[in-house]
Amino acid sequence: MEEMHQVAIAAKDPASGRQLSSQVSILSAMELIWNLCEILFIEVAPAGPLLLHLLDWVRLHVCEVDSLSADVLGSENPSKHENFWKLVTVLVLQGRLDEARQMLSKEADTSPTSAGMCRILGDLMRTMPILSPGNTQTLTELELKWQHWHEECERHLQDGTFAASPHLESLCKIMLGDEAALLEQKELLSNWYHFLVTRLLYSHPTVKPIDLHFYAQSSLDLFLGGESSPEPLDNILMAAFEFDIHQVIKECSIALSNWWFVAHLTDLLDHCKLLQSHNLYFGSNMREFLLLEYASGLFAHHSLWQLGVDYFDYCPELGRVSLELHIERIPLNTEQKALKVLRICEQRQMTEQVRSICKILAMKAVRNNRLGSALSWSIRAKDAAFATLVSDRFLRDYCERGCFSDLDLIDNLGPAMMLSDRLTFLGKYREFHRLYGEKRFVDAASLLLSLMTSQIAPRSFWMTLLTDALPLLEQKQVIFSAEQTYELMRCLEDLTSGRPEHGEPDAQQLQDDDIETTKVEMLRLALARNLAGAIIREGSLEGS
Amino acid sequence: MEEIYAKFVSQKISKTRWRPVPPGSLQTAETFTTGSWDNEENYVSLWSIGDFGNLDSDGGFEGDPKLLCDIRHHGDVMDLQFFDQERIVAASSTGCVTIFLHHPNNQTLSVNQQWTTAHYHTGPGSPSYSSAPCTGIVCNNPEIVTVGEDGRINLFRADYKEAVRTIDNADSSTLHAVTFLRTPEILTVNSIGQLKIWDFRQQGNEPSQILSLTGDRVPLHCVDRHPNQQHVVATGGQDGMLSIWDVRQGTMPFSLLKAHEAEMWEVHFHPSNPDHLFTCSEDGSLWHWDASTDVPEKSSLFHQGGRTSTFLSHSISNQANVHQSLISSWLTDPAKDRIDITSLLPTRTLSVNSLDVLGPCLVCGTDAEAIYVTRQLFS
Repeated sequence: MEEMHQVAIAAKDPASGRQLSSQVSILSAMELIWNLCEILFIEVAPAGPLLLHLLDWVRLHVCEVDSLSADVLGSENPSKHENFWKLVTVLVLQGRLDEARQMLSKEADTSPTSAGMCRILGDLMRTMPILSPGNTQTLTELELKWQHWHEECERHLQDGTFAASPHLESLCKIMLGDEAALLEQKELLSNWYHFLVTRLLYSHPTVKPIDLHFYAQSSLDLFLGGESSPEPLDNILMAAFEFDIHQVIKECSIALSNWWFVAHLTDLLDHCKLLQSHNLYFGSNMREFLLLEYASGLFAHHSLWQLGVDYFDYCPELGRVSLELHIERIPLNTEQKALKVLRICEQRQMTEQVRSICKILAMKAVRNNRLGSALSWSIRAKDAAFATLVSDRFLRDYCERGCFSDLDLIDNLGPAMMLSDRLTFLGKYREFHRLYGEKRFVDAASLLLSLMTSQIAPRSFWMTLLTDALPLLEQKQVIFSAEQTYELMRCLEDLTSGRPEHGEPDAQQLQDDDIETTKVEMLRLALARNLAGAIIREGSLEGS
Repeated sequence: MEEIYAKFVSQKISKTRWRPVPPGSLQTAETFTTGSWDNEENYVSLWSIGDFGNLDSDGGFEGDPKLLCDIRHHGDVMDLQFFDQERIVAASSTGCVTIFLHHPNNQTLSVNQQWTTAHYHTGPGSPSYSSAPCTGIVCNNPEIVTVGEDGRINLFRADYKEAVRTIDNADSSTLHAVTFLRTPEILTVNSIGQLKIWDFRQQGNEPSQILSLTGDRVPLHCVDRHPNQQHVVATGGQDGMLSIWDVRQGTMPFSLLKAHEAEMWEVHFHPSNPDHLFTCSEDGSLWHWDASTDVPEKSSLFHQGGRTSTFLSHSISNQANVHQSLISSWLTDPAKDRIDITSLLPTRTLSVNSLDVLGPCLVCGTDAEAIYVTRQLFS
């Protein structure tokens, strides 16, 4: 990943290059902290292996040596390369003694004068006791051997074995853990934690975890030498060396610009059961708190919100509530996006959110005059009130225009028709029109009547229904039976008698009333004539 | 062995389409286009998996698609189709339909033609203008048909400024996809489970035929027509069901096959090997359906790719009257025949939004910001 960024830096213009390199530095800092936490908190390496882990950690993160080594070894005469001694020193500083020895043997080959010294130092490097995994020796044995080796180094230095070569002498001093000699190589160490690990390697190879913070603090102080104050990264690493998990998390939260790192680190530590003792006085626990923060950040992003869902899923206490709150607030510019959001809700049985999202979509459709769409959405939301509202709009449109829109939908309502009374009425009323259109007058007539008698039809619509009955009443053959005609009459009387008296009617109202009165008169006349016809027919049928 | 290569592209991909190979050429597909959605800036991009000589030491192939060029696209890319070798038609969530032209000489894309207000709720010119997403396009040079959330069907012709034909309020609900049936006839699917056939020779705003799922009105999201037998149509629904229809007979699907666990976003018959069908879904799966009955031993090859399962299906109309010599393998009773289903993606990801097949090549795009390509579908 870092290599990729390096390529990007090389390729792009300086502005984006700067941005990318700052991203790379943040990323490598995160990796540094992460790996250290792994060693200290998760591996919980005991004295001995601890140092080996720390060495690996430093080698992983101070990696200029590889390019340097390639550079030197690639040259025609490595030992004469200007960076030859720099490379050897770096190798020794990182405890890569085998490689350092090979370099020294190259030097020995080319300059016979120093060959002897090189061999002695090489031998010292070879004999340095180290803990190897799989070796059964105890720490005490190691300590004893190491002590011997240390004394041997000391003796060579005292005897002036390397006096003729300042380079070799300083290497020997480094291997003795001489602080002054180490600090001379400040540039090659590049940072205090490298200094710390090198110093431990050559003076306290069996450092106990508990003593780590003491050496860390003194290394930091020595390295900075009072010239500069520690940076956030230094504080974070120091907190880790002190085994103060909460301080690490806190410092990271302050220093890093987003919650990604802290949330994941805390999650990992929590899974290792390292955070259980600590309870927050708000929210649930620290892990969940940080995960929620991070997931909320994702939800604010225009495209990463889908990932936030998974994070919320893994917050047992407040995850669902947070998801419920966030998911309703996603801007829905297309129905496809809405469907994706709805799927997320439905998978988690979040019925309330499904309802509210469908309602939003239904409202939007109504605003856009897409009644069919609106009805579909309210059926999906099982929102009876809204279905009623949309059905009313359909009926109003019908009254205004005299024909139905969106027949493809209304004719195919199926069981969804039962959602609200008004919707049932709409479906049935449309069915009446279809029956009428198919000239099945008797069925149409009884359906029409049942709409009124069963009280499904809204009162305000009765006049329209009665008017619809007019052509049926005027048919040549008798369609409404006497019984049915009585019912119709009762409906008409109910309607007219229930009408409240108006005060001072204006001209428009008078005209409306006039039309109304004419309508009622016509209905009464038609009903009376139909009744007469029906009685005669029924009477004659019985008689015959 | 089926090899499938993933490429992460840092944008959620809504559509992927192969560039058609010139008729009669022996080339295999090597260029495809993708459209992104839900980003602040969306792009239509052109990719190549060319470099045929570039076999690596294992004899495998360098599968990494390379970006040829891209261009900003206003709004989500809702659908994408190649108009011809150089032109790509894109549908936008802003209701705009754009033709992009690819210049192979300097590898750039440019806007060739644009109908900015192809789909809208409230008309352009009115102060309360509100656009509606265009949800589907189908091209048959020189004609382009678009459908949208406004229930409108537009017939455009390249190089004509205005729509040749518009059917306002063609559907009371959202139209999700469109395909050509026979030349003047198109087929649309909508969000209340209906298939409608429209004949552009007829005036008026009524479909010539309506077919629908029974009862439950499950929204249909995608449609594809059998490449050789034009009466055979496959659709995918919100419940992940695959429906096979015979549009000559009945108003109900010929068979319903239980498939994905969530919305089926796309279904495609293999253009030259139509016994094979491909579907992808919101549940993050991509399936290869093999209905070729004559290859019992060959089918074992397909088991390697991943999860293999054979689904019991129920036929809702056992029409015994279909007796023809040229019966499609999709119109036999699926309860009797095995259909081998292979999952093509190695791991379940976020929604697979789009797929396309051409020859031995398949490309698909996901919400996990990845595109997957394979060039060895039938090896």
